[in-house]
Amino acid sequence: MIKPVRWPVGLILPLGLALGWEAAVALHWGNGRLLPPPSRVLATLAELYRTGDLIGHIQATLQRVALGFLLGVAAGTVLGAVSGYWALARRLIDPTLQALRNIPSIAWVPMFILWFGIFEASKVILIAVGVFFPIYLALTAAILSVDRKLVEVGRIFRFSHGEMIVRVLLPAALPSYVTALRAGLGLGWMFVVAAEFMGAEQGLGFLLVDGQQTGRPAVILASITAFAVLGKLTDWLLASVAARFLCWEDGFKPVE
Amino acid sequence: MLDIKDVSKRYPNGVPALDGVGLTVAPGEFLVIVGGSGCGKSTLLRLIAGLDRATAGTVALDGTPVTAPRPEIGKVFQEPRLMPWLTIDQNVAFGIRHLPAAERRTRVSEALARVGLASHAGHWPRELSGGQAQRVALARALVGRPEVLLLDEPFSALDALTRTDLEEHLLDLWAFDRPTMVLVTHDIEEALFLADRIVVMHPGPGRIVTKLVPPLPRPRDRAGADFHTWKYRLLVELDQATRRLPGDEAFPAAAI
Ligand SMILES: Nc1ncnc2c1ncn2[C@@H]1O[C@H](COP(=O)(O)OP(=O)(O)OP(=O)(O)O)[C@@H](O)[C@H]1O
Ligand SMILES: [Mg+2]
Repeated sequence: MIKPVRWPVGLILPLGLALGWEAAVALHWGNGRLLPPPSRVLATLAELYRTGDLIGHIQATLQRVALGFLLGVAAGTVLGAVSGYWALARRLIDPTLQALRNIPSIAWVPMFILWFGIFEASKVILIAVGVFFPIYLALTAAILSVDRKLVEVGRIFRFSHGEMIVRVLLPAALPSYVTALRAGLGLGWMFVVAAEFMGAEQGLGFLLVDGQQTGRPAVILASITAFAVLGKLTDWLLASVAARFLCWEDGFKPVE
Repeated sequence: MLDIKDVSKRYPNGVPALDGVGLTVAPGEFLVIVGGSGCGKSTLLRLIAGLDRATAGTVALDGTPVTAPRPEIGKVFQEPRLMPWLTIDQNVAFGIRHLPAAERRTRVSEALARVGLASHAGHWPRELSGGQAQRVALARALVGRPEVLLLDEPFSALDALTRTDLEEHLLDLWAFDRPTMVLVTHDIEEALFLADRIVVMHPGPGRIVTKLVPPLPRPRDRAGADFHTWKYRLLVELDQATRRLPGDEAFPAAAI
């Protein structure tokens, strides 16, 4: 079977916009000083890469996001599964978690700094808190809406609580769970900026602040571009790993 | 021996679904329960399976009361209820997780061969027709070699041709290791083709009104004269079940 060539049509929009902006600046239609053209942003990125700064920033930020994401996912998955499965557990923890959820996570920053210091721990925990809630919420809801008929099959075979969760409820909840993971990862990228704003020596968020304080819009845009590319890449990675576990899905196939 | 003594069931919403049902099923017997919609057939089967508890009376298998699902009792539902995230062979192996892997493999391929789907082992449930999916459900229920197999209108969603095919198939499977069969249907011909003994239930609340032993030699001929005589007899019995009960709204058939 010949695999049809799939054109990366998703690139048309960003490339078109970049070229358009480049042209607008070249023709003196736009202000290239406050909003530098893509060529200047790329040059800045290249320069940052040459000095080794860019890699350092990316490493620092990626590490925080990864740690925070893993922590948040672990906590959200365990508590979400428990609270979806046991009514008593839900009655016990859900009201509190729902109340905590409504606190803007940034409001925790001063507290976290007091508790965990201004270094890595408080940053990672802030990200974990941001990632936790969508995972917890989605997993609880997904477990509660698993088809009772499938659960009954598990009951007929006398599944233990653990087996019921691992062999019926979690697989059935997987599609919603993956969506929640992707939403959580997106929030992780958002919270890492907030975390790095609160004082960091390194990281893409630090680069943003640095660019602002030294009046270099190209640096700010370089950092934003790096965020966009990294966010897209990690999401793509997550989605393609998940797709392998979801190949059984019998959903709507979008029209070509 | 399956022993149902004076079983009544009232649902939490007050609906009296069963009232004083008594029944014994001999080992290896093929019992068919017929009755109109809402006469409590599914309720009775759920009680035997241990999925629900009777309000009064007892269900016992070989002298021990059934209060929860038991390994000796298998069940096939009206829908196949396959786990969409498992392949066909994994679905068949769903209930025999306690067996060693090698034993599991031989049992699964044996069961799939017996329902004629050996070549579909690695397929996904979404790739099966309705009749094939129901055959996989049969294999899943039989692979643990239950003493009693409960079937709740297993073929009612299938077309007439597939249905007669599967009925013959079911008899072959029954002949193989002679489990006790309790099958619910509202198809008279199906009941006559399969049953050693037929139990007729009436609604409002659900109870057994007649037990019949059609003296038809196996293999049964659907076109035979005896078969027709018995079909008519059974129709008359059932007809009384669909008669209007005092207090019920008459079904306005004349108005259609
Ligand atoms: N979970 C439930 N809660 C309350 N009432 C129920 C429940 N399940 C069934 N009933 C009621 O119990 C009665 C018997 O239902 P049941 O499903 O056993 O009938 P049935 O004989 O299997 O009918 P059908 O042939 O349509 O499947 C009905 O009146 C129904 O409304
Ligand atoms: Mg029913």
